[in-house]
Amino acid sequence: MTAAPILSVDDVQVAFPVGGLLARDAILGVAGVSFEVRPGETFALVGESGSGKTTLARAINGLQDISQGAITFEGVRIDGLGRARMKPLRRRMSMMFQDPVGSLSPRMTVGDLVTEPFRIHGHGGRNLRDEAVRLLNLVGLPADFAGRYPHQLSGGQARRVGVARAIALDPALIIADEPTAGLDVSVQGEVLNLLNELRERLGLAMVIITHNLHVVHHVADRMAVMYLGRFVEVGETGTVFAAPRHPYTAALLSANPEPDPDRARDRITLPAEVPSLMSRPSGCEFHTRCPWAQAKCAAMPPPAGDVSCHFPLSPGARPPPREDRP
Amino acid sequence: MSEAVSSPPARTRSDFGRSVRRLLREPLGLFGLSLVLLVILGAVFADLLTQWDPTRINPRDRFLGPSAAHLLGTDQLGRDLFSRVLHGGRIALYVALVSTAISLAIGIVLGLIAGYGPRWLDNLMILLFDAMKSFPTVMLALALVTITGPSLTSVILVVILVNVPGYARIVRTQTIAIKSSEFVTAAQSMGASTARILRVHIMPNVIGPLVILASMDIPVVIAIEAGMSFLGLGVRPPTPSWGSILNDGFGQIRETPWIAIAGGLPIIIITLGFTFLGETLRDVFDPRLKGRG
Repeated sequence: MTAAPILSVDDVQVAFPVGGLLARDAILGVAGVSFEVRPGETFALVGESGSGKTTLARAINGLQDISQGAITFEGVRIDGLGRARMKPLRRRMSMMFQDPVGSLSPRMTVGDLVTEPFRIHGHGGRNLRDEAVRLLNLVGLPADFAGRYPHQLSGGQARRVGVARAIALDPALIIADEPTAGLDVSVQGEVLNLLNELRERLGLAMVIITHNLHVVHHVADRMAVMYLGRFVEVGETGTVFAAPRHPYTAALLSANPEPDPDRARDRITLPAEVPSLMSRPSGCEFHTRCPWAQAKCAAMPPPAGDVSCHFPLSPGARPPPREDRP
Repeated sequence: MSEAVSSPPARTRSDFGRSVRRLLREPLGLFGLSLVLLVILGAVFADLLTQWDPTRINPRDRFLGPSAAHLLGTDQLGRDLFSRVLHGGRIALYVALVSTAISLAIGIVLGLIAGYGPRWLDNLMILLFDAMKSFPTVMLALALVTITGPSLTSVILVVILVNVPGYARIVRTQTIAIKSSEFVTAAQSMGASTARILRVHIMPNVIGPLVILASMDIPVVIAIEAGMSFLGLGVRPPTPSWGSILNDGFGQIRETPWIAIAGGLPIIIITLGFTFLGETLRDVFDPRLKGRG
C-alpha cells in the first residue's frame, strides 16, 4: 500500500455547457473528485445511473476533456495531453465499454478485433495470428473463434473478446465500464472470475465502474460511492460493506438483494427523486433525500474527507430521524 | 434521404452466398440480370456478332429496312444499325461504370469528411450538396457543355455532379449515426487515428447499402448519356450512342421507324434490367432499405 499510485485523480471536474448563446451555463457531470489507484489494486466506482461514473472513466481515458483538476498516470500528467502525446500512454491503459457486442466493430472478425491494438501501436514483428490465439486462450475462448464475427457471439463470449483486446498490449491499468452489464448472473460470475484471475496473473490495476454491489464486493479492494458527480464515501471495500458511514452508502447497501431470505433486513428507503444537476441542492447535496438530515445539512456543505457527511453513521447507532417528516 | 440507417449487421461469406442464391431464385432479379447480361455480352462481343463497321458510311444502302444482312436495318447514311447499337452499348456501359465509380469514390470521401469532421464544415458541405442538387440536370448539362464542349468527358462530368451530392449525403448521415457508437469510441480509446477509424470502422458499414443504391442509379446515368447525346451535348458523331441513333431516327420516324426503335429499344432493355436487378439486390442484401432510392 506504500507503492506510488499508478493513477491519481485530483479534484477533477467535468463541465458540460448547456443553454443557448444568451443563457450560457454549465452543469457539472463530475464535480470535483480525487482518488488514487496503486499498482495491482482494483478500485470500484459505484453509483446510480447519472451519477457521473462513466463520465469520470471517459475523462481518465482522455475521451472527455476536464474543466478543472489534474489526472496523473504513471507519473505523467495526462489531462489536456494532445492525441499524439497521449497515444503511447494508451498502450499502458485500456478501457472496456459497457455494451459487450456493441463495442466490437461489426464487420471485423474476432481475430482482427483482439489484435487491433497491435495494428494501432505496432506489433514489433509478432505474428498477429499467433497473438490472436494466445489472447483468446488467455480469456478461455477456443482458437477457432478467431474467424467469427461479433453478431455470432453470445454476450459472455463478446465480453471475453473485449477483455482479450483490453489486455493485448499488456497494460498496467484497465478501466472497465460496467463489465457485467447485460450478462446473466452465471456469466457475470465467469467474467468477474476471469478479471480477478488476469489481474493476479498480469499484475493489473483496475478501475471498475458499476452499479452492481455484488461486483464491487467480489473484485474491489477499495471503493468510492458517487452521488451527483461527487464522492460521498471512499474506503476499503470490506470496511464500507461492514459499516457504511454515509447515509447514502447505507441506503445503497440496504437495497442490495441478499441471498439469505432469513437474514434480518433493515432497509433504508430514500424518498424523492435524484435532484437535477441543473439545480443542485444547497449545503449537503444529499439532504433532500437523507432520512437523517438536520437543519445544518441544508445550510452547510459537508466537511471534506473520506466521508462527506455532517453526521456520519456509526455501527449500531441510528441518528434521530429528520424533523420535517413523520 | 437523410434518415439514419443504423449500422447494418455484419455478413460472412456464407451469408453472401445465401444472398446470391436468393437473388437467383427471385424471378424479377433473374429477369433483370438476364437483360443486363444480354446488353453486356452484346457490347463486349460486338466485333464477333456483326461484321459491319458502325461508322462506315454506305450511301447506296441508306434507309434499308431490317433484313438478314442488316438485322435492324440501316440509317440515313447507310450505316448498319445493329452494329451501331452494339457499339453504342459500349459507350453507355463505359459512361455508367466510370461515372458511377468516380461518383461513389468522391461521394464516400466527401460524406466521411462531412459526417466525421467539425460541425461548421458539415453545415457548409450540406449547403453545397443541396445547392448542387437543386440544379435541373438538363440545365446543368447545358451550362457545363457551354464551357467544356460536347464530349464523353462532359457527359461523365455531368453524371458525377448529379450523383455526388446524393451519395455524399447518404454517407454523411450513416457516418454520423455510426461515429457515436461504442465500437468507434473503443477504437478512439485504443489510440486509433482518424484515418484508421474512418477506413476500418466506419467505411465498411457504409459502403454496402451505398453500392446497392448506386446500382439502382445506373439506368438514370444511361438515360443522361442517351439524353445528352440526343441533344447533341454528348458523344460526337460519328461515334455511335443510343441517344444519337434515336436522334437520327427522330426526323424520319414516320417513314423509317426502325431507326428510332433501334435507338430506343436498348435504352428500355438496360433501364428495366438494372432497375429490376437493383431492386432485387436491395431487397436481398439489405431489406431495411426497402422503399428507398
